[in-house]
Amino acid sequence: MTSLNSPYLRQANSVTQVMGEVLLALLPGVIVYVYIFGIGVLIQILLATLTALVCEAGMLKIRSKPLGLYLGDLSAVVTAWLIALAFPPIGPWWLVVAGTALAIVVAKHLYGGLGQNPFNPAMAAYAAMIVSFPALMSQWPGAGQLGGAAQAALIFGGERIADAITGATPLDALRTGLHAPNAQLIELMRSQAFGAFGGRGWEWVSVGFLIGGLYLLARRIITWHVPLAFAGGLVLIAAIAHLLAPLRYPDALFELTAGAAMLGAFFILTDPVSGAATPRGKLIYAGGAAILTWIIRHFGGYPDGVAFATLLMNLCVPLIDMKTQPPVFGHKKD
Amino acid sequence: MLRQLFRFHGGVKPATHKTDSTRLPIGRVPLPAELIVPLHQNVGGTPYPLVAAGESVLKGQRIGAAEDPFSSAVHAPTSGRVIAVEPCVLPHSSGLRGLCVRIEPDGAERWIETAALAWRSLDPDELRDAIRDAGIVGLGGAVFPSHRKLRSGKGGLDTLVINGAECEPFITCDDMQMREHAAQILRGATVIQQMLGARQVLVGIEDNKPEAIAAMNAALQAAALQNIEIVAVPTRYPTGGAKQLIRILTGIEVPHGKRSTQFGVQCFNTGTAWAIADFVENGRPLLSRIVTVAGNVEQPRNYEVLFGTPMSHVAELAGMQPDTDRFIMGGPMMGFRMPNFDVPVVKATNCILVGSPALFPSPRPEMPCIRCGECARACPTDLQPFEMYWHARAKNFGKAQEYHLFDCIECGCCAYVCPSSIPLVDYFRFAKSEVWAREQQKNAADSARVRFDFRNERIEREKQEKAEKLAAKTAAARAAAQSTQETAPAAEDDPKKALIAAAMARAKAQREAQAQTDAAQDKKPE
Ligand code: SF4
Ligand code: SF4
Repeated sequence: MTSLNSPYLRQANSVTQVMGEVLLALLPGVIVYVYIFGIGVLIQILLATLTALVCEAGMLKIRSKPLGLYLGDLSAVVTAWLIALAFPPIGPWWLVVAGTALAIVVAKHLYGGLGQNPFNPAMAAYAAMIVSFPALMSQWPGAGQLGGAAQAALIFGGERIADAITGATPLDALRTGLHAPNAQLIELMRSQAFGAFGGRGWEWVSVGFLIGGLYLLARRIITWHVPLAFAGGLVLIAAIAHLLAPLRYPDALFELTAGAAMLGAFFILTDPVSGAATPRGKLIYAGGAAILTWIIRHFGGYPDGVAFATLLMNLCVPLIDMKTQPPVFGHKKD
Repeated sequence: MLRQLFRFHGGVKPATHKTDSTRLPIGRVPLPAELIVPLHQNVGGTPYPLVAAGESVLKGQRIGAAEDPFSSAVHAPTSGRVIAVEPCVLPHSSGLRGLCVRIEPDGAERWIETAALAWRSLDPDELRDAIRDAGIVGLGGAVFPSHRKLRSGKGGLDTLVINGAECEPFITCDDMQMREHAAQILRGATVIQQMLGARQVLVGIEDNKPEAIAAMNAALQAAALQNIEIVAVPTRYPTGGAKQLIRILTGIEVPHGKRSTQFGVQCFNTGTAWAIADFVENGRPLLSRIVTVAGNVEQPRNYEVLFGTPMSHVAELAGMQPDTDRFIMGGPMMGFRMPNFDVPVVKATNCILVGSPALFPSPRPEMPCIRCGECARACPTDLQPFEMYWHARAKNFGKAQEYHLFDCIECGCCAYVCPSSIPLVDYFRFAKSEVWAREQQKNAADSARVRFDFRNERIEREKQEKAEKLAAKTAAARAAAQSTQETAPAAEDDPKKALIAAAMARAKAQREAQAQTDAAQDKKPE
């Protein structure tokens, strides 16, 4: 429907612009990622983007939607980048391709396309893949461990001998390390998987995402509610656990910079389509995700909890939004 | 003294485009060849015509009279001859026709006899009737009959808000009137203040009009008026909404469906205050208003325009450009597209916004809602437009109402910010009209039922009355027969009593039926 009625003025913004800003905000994190962990993630981003665009175009065609308009909205590209950043950078090419295809075809278009998907497509893809291919989804290079050629070779079909090629992610190291008898957090923290604060190398990637997130805040693409509630919730629960059992649970800073926490706080949980929309709803939604993330990290079967936490909270969004409607003008109780 | 101001949620800051039309003073408009004066220019009932084709009229002569207390009068804007009283296209986006008085001016501008009103000594009801018959309605654009707002609620009134905010882009008619006629606006405000018994008057003006603020302050000082304050308020659309301005100045939020007088506040537009002063001081009814001509014209400017003047006549004075494709009455945020260029200027016409494809390009194609919440952040009534949109689109109007559809003031902020370019307000207008239509159908059914019950009752009643009369007659006959034998006056009372009782029962039935109809009407939403 193209309107002939007022308002005749429209702000110069568009979905394309919103998504473009998100991509721009991802760049600092991506650059640090590449600098520390190598070229692999760039290849993954490329693969995911191509797959996403092809799948998006195919689905738009099948659903007979205007191709140029919807392909240009960049929403598929954002999904692709998030998948590439959440997946291991040296996973085989088909892993990210299958994940992205799943995200676009099933999680997005089968649910009705842009704006209709109840689940975050990138996280749905991550969850599906880690359940199906737990080993492949857990192979991560250590910081500076593998050269570009070696990473490319791995992605495009090199022989994979897990231990020889990959170091454990900090969260993995923590999990397996703590299961050893007499293990103590302090010793583990001195092992090679850990850096200045948090996991080695990961702390700086997290800083990159933080910078991008602050940019999104400044540009008013996102509001403070989700990042603050998620980071705050995670810090709070981690700090309490660390205080009660310092030998078992790492400190808050570690939790905050490990895994997909920063990416989640600013880029994943802030996805408007699958997230809560009211201000209070956002606080509940992201706070709940923080608690779930921490629980899954320490008591669940998977290395990181952000994806599952996001999906679980996605399920609660309709209820949260319904119960958190802000009071209307003239009906407030001050 | 710096007054504490309050804020309302949301709002937007579009480019104001106001400077161009404030360079020149308010201009005069030569008489057009013909004036087309619609009878229905106010909220409320349509006035009925007082003149017929061929009659000559004087300037200021009443040509349409208020038909009920909710209506207002209409006058001949100049002297001349009535060519016809017939339906013409109204300045309404629907292209609807309505009864208009077409007048051919004679150019003599012969006035009716006018005299100042001794309004202070007039009975309040008489004064209100006089204001109704002077055709004064809200000139901010709402055209609500002023006489209906000129009564203080129970418990008196604390604050009279004079609305000079003028928040819509392009429109500067109030701005220019305040610059040029500040003193008269203030005099009008004091008349309103006294009629309402308001303790204080607050004149709210957006701070992007420093000249108007200065002029009003100067006039205030010159007149040495007490309890009136000119308040500069931050520029943010829609500050000029009555409820928004009341909120800013007093902190009070008047909920939908409630009158501000219940909270001790009443609000009038600056132009209305001017018109009321003109009427009580000079006896002149409302014949013209200040109209901004802006947009796709060479020289945007304000003009004093007689009602009934074709819009094109005014726009051409300002140098309408050849690529003009539409007139919008009002501003770009809430204005309405006119069905043609020649519809007349009416009391609601604060602005003729001359549009072109370049000035107002058609919006980008609508995309799906991404639930980004921009609309909710911009909504001045704290609504969740995307939820209402969702339900309106699904034709789930009940749900839309649960999300406070009828609190929506159609300000357009949500559609203005939506990155998916969704014409949200269109959906809300559509949903509202659907709800109204359904209510109307239901009301029609209800009143049909009431009518049916009423008819049954009447037949029943007539039967009863007949029986009673018969009984009374026979009783009287019997009594008469008896009284010839023995004088018994008591029997004479009986038939009378029976008649009185029957009459009372009738009245009761009538009252009940009336209550039913009233109840049915109350259900209609605003
Ligand atoms: S601004 Fe538009 S896209 Fe965003 S939530 Fe509102 S309706 Fe949806
Ligand atoms: S048009 Fe209605 S829903 Fe939209 S911003 Fe204005 S009041 Fe809110």
